[in-house]
Amino acid sequence: MTIKLKIDGREVTVEDGRDLLSIALEQGVDVPHFCWHAALGSVGACRMCAVKVAPGEGTPGKVEMACMTPASDGMVVDTTDAEAARFRAQVIEWLMLNHPHDCAVCEEGGACHLQDMVVATGHHDRRARGPKRTHRNQNLGPLLTHEMNRCIGCWRCLRFYRDHAGGRDFNAFGAHDRLYFGRAGDGPLDSPFAGNLAEVCPTGVFTDKAWSGVYARPWDLSATPAICTGCSAGCNVTLNERGGTLRRVLNRYHGAINGFFLCDRGRWSPWSVDGPGRLTGAVTLPRVAGAVGLGSPRASLESNWALRRLVGPGRFFAGVSDRETALTARMAALLKASPVPSLTEMAAADAILVLGEDLTATAPRAALALRQAVRGAERDLACKKGVALWLDDAVRVAGEGRRSPLALVTALPDALDDIASFAIRRAPHDMAAFAAAILAALQGRPADAEASAIAQALSTARAPLIIAGAGLGLAGPVEAAASLATALGPKARLALFPAEAGSFGLSLLAPAGGIEAALAELERNPGPLVVLENDLFRRADPALVERLFAKATQVIALDHLATETTTAAALAVPVAAPAEAAGTWVNHEGRAQRSFAFRPADPQAPTAWRVLAALAGETPEPGLDALLEALVADLPALAAVRDGAPGVDHGPVPRAHPRQSARTAGNHPDRATRTDPDSPLSWTMEGDRAPEPALATWTDRPGLHSVSAEYAAQQWIGGPLKGGDPGVNVLHAAADAPALADPPPGAGLLGLPLHSPFAAHEADAASPPLAARAPAARVTLHPADAARLGLTAGALLVIDGRPAPAPLSLDPDLPAGHIGLSGLRALRPVILGGAP
Amino acid sequence: MTGILDQLWRIGRMLFLPKQTRGYPEVKPVLPPRYRARIVLTRDPDGQERCVACNLCAAACPPDCIEVVKAETEDGRWYPATFRINFSRCIFCGFCEEACPTSAIQLTPDFELADYDRDSLLYDKQDLLIAGPGKRPDYSYWQVAGKAIAGKDKGAGENEAPPVDLKDLTP
Repeated sequence: MTIKLKIDGREVTVEDGRDLLSIALEQGVDVPHFCWHAALGSVGACRMCAVKVAPGEGTPGKVEMACMTPASDGMVVDTTDAEAARFRAQVIEWLMLNHPHDCAVCEEGGACHLQDMVVATGHHDRRARGPKRTHRNQNLGPLLTHEMNRCIGCWRCLRFYRDHAGGRDFNAFGAHDRLYFGRAGDGPLDSPFAGNLAEVCPTGVFTDKAWSGVYARPWDLSATPAICTGCSAGCNVTLNERGGTLRRVLNRYHGAINGFFLCDRGRWSPWSVDGPGRLTGAVTLPRVAGAVGLGSPRASLESNWALRRLVGPGRFFAGVSDRETALTARMAALLKASPVPSLTEMAAADAILVLGEDLTATAPRAALALRQAVRGAERDLACKKGVALWLDDAVRVAGEGRRSPLALVTALPDALDDIASFAIRRAPHDMAAFAAAILAALQGRPADAEASAIAQALSTARAPLIIAGAGLGLAGPVEAAASLATALGPKARLALFPAEAGSFGLSLLAPAGGIEAALAELERNPGPLVVLENDLFRRADPALVERLFAKATQVIALDHLATETTTAAALAVPVAAPAEAAGTWVNHEGRAQRSFAFRPADPQAPTAWRVLAALAGETPEPGLDALLEALVADLPALAAVRDGAPGVDHGPVPRAHPRQSARTAGNHPDRATRTDPDSPLSWTMEGDRAPEPALATWTDRPGLHSVSAEYAAQQWIGGPLKGGDPGVNVLHAAADAPALADPPPGAGLLGLPLHSPFAAHEADAASPPLAARAPAARVTLHPADAARLGLTAGALLVIDGRPAPAPLSLDPDLPAGHIGLSGLRALRPVILGGAP
Repeated sequence: MTGILDQLWRIGRMLFLPKQTRGYPEVKPVLPPRYRARIVLTRDPDGQERCVACNLCAAACPPDCIEVVKAETEDGRWYPATFRINFSRCIFCGFCEEACPTSAIQLTPDFELADYDRDSLLYDKQDLLIAGPGKRPDYSYWQVAGKAIAGKDKGAGENEAPPVDLKDLTP
């Protein structure tokens, strides 16, 4: 049902059951507000969005809070009314009563929602003469700063951290004027989504500590749209640069993927570009012929294809194990057959089964989506009671804490256990059997109580969701998830998360196998080995990699990081980091999205596909557009990747902020003319500010400079971007793949990967803020296994002939027969050597 | 005819009035202290650098001739790692002085800035910093900003209450 109301004299038609504030903002009427956030709903805490509301034309109106007022038919809303404006000015004056006079030394200054609102209400002088309240700060670790003096008590931080992201170690302390948001004591925030506090906070209480270390005001930063390469979710980010260095990474709204929030890995992983681990040095490129190529799941589609072109399709292999190669191909084939849910759609599922995947570590943003999905039951109950869904706090009370069913079948205690209705622990190889029991229950055959209960929840759900992934490297859970989704019928959705951001892109190029296959090929036809952006020692059994390197006549490794692989290679060629290179990334949905270079690549470390063309003795294509044309000519099924973003002739689109300063201050590196042959983006101020969502740079407007005002780019608040969410689906190009079965576990110890939300691959370890935040590596055994092997806690083990990354710890949660290892890629047998 | 005589009278009369010509450069002009010419960076009353590298001068500058790069000391005090003014671009409008929240940047009456070499018109921090507080001898920004720095704890600034005791249960 739609209703008609008048806002500032303009008649608007909207859906019934909504609040006035979001309607007004959607209509382009920028009502001042604080505590309201598009993803966090209305709580009416700040009293800032006062407007004059009359029930009908000609009736006297009264001042009401727009965020707490339901819109009704015939309503007349006046945001410019003198009484409402005076009310708002008074509220700002109260909020500013204790706000310190420290904008000059505040990182938020220049893109601060509080500054914008103070200016919008005209407050410029503190009339009160009393002393200002002060607070002591906490050390919140390497990622966030804390300056509690600046707090205006909007509660956004707490609503995000506890209510939205499920964090427990952060709370409100004190009362009324003494309100304090923080932890019980100093220390980093536990949640892997804590970085969003820097964006959620409308003032400068929480800011990005890494940005503060290389600070530049927001108006002096260039903004480049990029894709996060931290996992296969493919979140959209904005990379802020000045003077050739990365200064900040911001969330870039994408209606179907990340929405308003990123995980900490995504926010700080790109910092590896200016970290100490870069591979540097000038090299003379040889002419390579007859080589075997190993592609990479952390390289872009273009770079992997350039390697495929260099070595030929028959000699192009994936730089991961044969089993992971086959598993990724199988996942793509399974997903091709059905509509794949985006993260936004996952957040709308009403019964979820996660099979084997430690989602909070392998695809953190998806775990955040699940935290929203389980609130569905609460929302349904609140709806039945007549509570409007935008009343966030009221929904929580009326919802009586109900949770939509979430079943977690994992090997270890999971970060999502606190919201799971079924937290089920199974050894990795027993997961498929448990899924088979659920399937049996679905088909009416007898099954155990837990499986029956999960089957019941899934079959009665309106939109059930089955999630699996490559986190264990097992095919069993993936195949089982697919058969469950099939059994549940067309209402069910299947989401499969491959191991890395580039996994599906690599798989779509149909590699002839993995590392084992490459070794066999080298044994048949010896030749040089070209390794693209890949530390093979992290992705496969080190002994296998050493055999592979021994068989190659020469090992050439291309990477932006100095790794064990580049050390072992005869020739290590520095290339551009993902953040410095334009390229296409195919996420778990099969959505191909284009990422752009935030600065021109160092001439000594050009984009990998340029180096690969040079290795072939050819002149590289002049730009990404030409390379994509060549790619599509070779693989017509991938034609859609050209539509990932507009080409060079679409530009120029300015990355510079329109208020950039210091342009004539002399000898500034920003003054050097910089060009980008791979994108329509320019580093100047000239051009049209991003008419295309895939090229969105700055979204702020005069008067509204902070990320809190990004709703203006959305079709409706929280909806798709104006012009459509970026990305095109290319999964239809995936080849069919046969069903896979796992080899039996064998008698020895099985290495069980311990994933971490803060350290997924080598770039995270090379990012100074993330490396400082990441928990220490772990090597754990079940106490019974340790006793059987005669090992005690603290033992320094030798695993597969290499020293273990950490002393042994004992964990009764670990399944028997397994050894938990940080940094392990997939479940595989390991050989313990050495003694305590 | 009367017009010519009138002109002769008006011009000839000037011969007997005092001379208006200034003997510059031999005789230096005396300019008012608020005259807007060469820019300096002043210091706090306690002798520390006043500039907190907030970049507001750079943002206000119409010809964009100021470049500031922020750095931070161990105790949390912001200061400019780089402060550069390109005097070949400066128009001496004084907006930077108006924008400055710390009164660090001030314009002085010294207007003789001409040079044969463009590069020597790029003034860096060491060229701009003077020893004293300039026109505002008593003002110290850190005493009114809420942040704690060495020598000024939370609550120790002007018009600040002592830090809140979170365990306090009194209403």
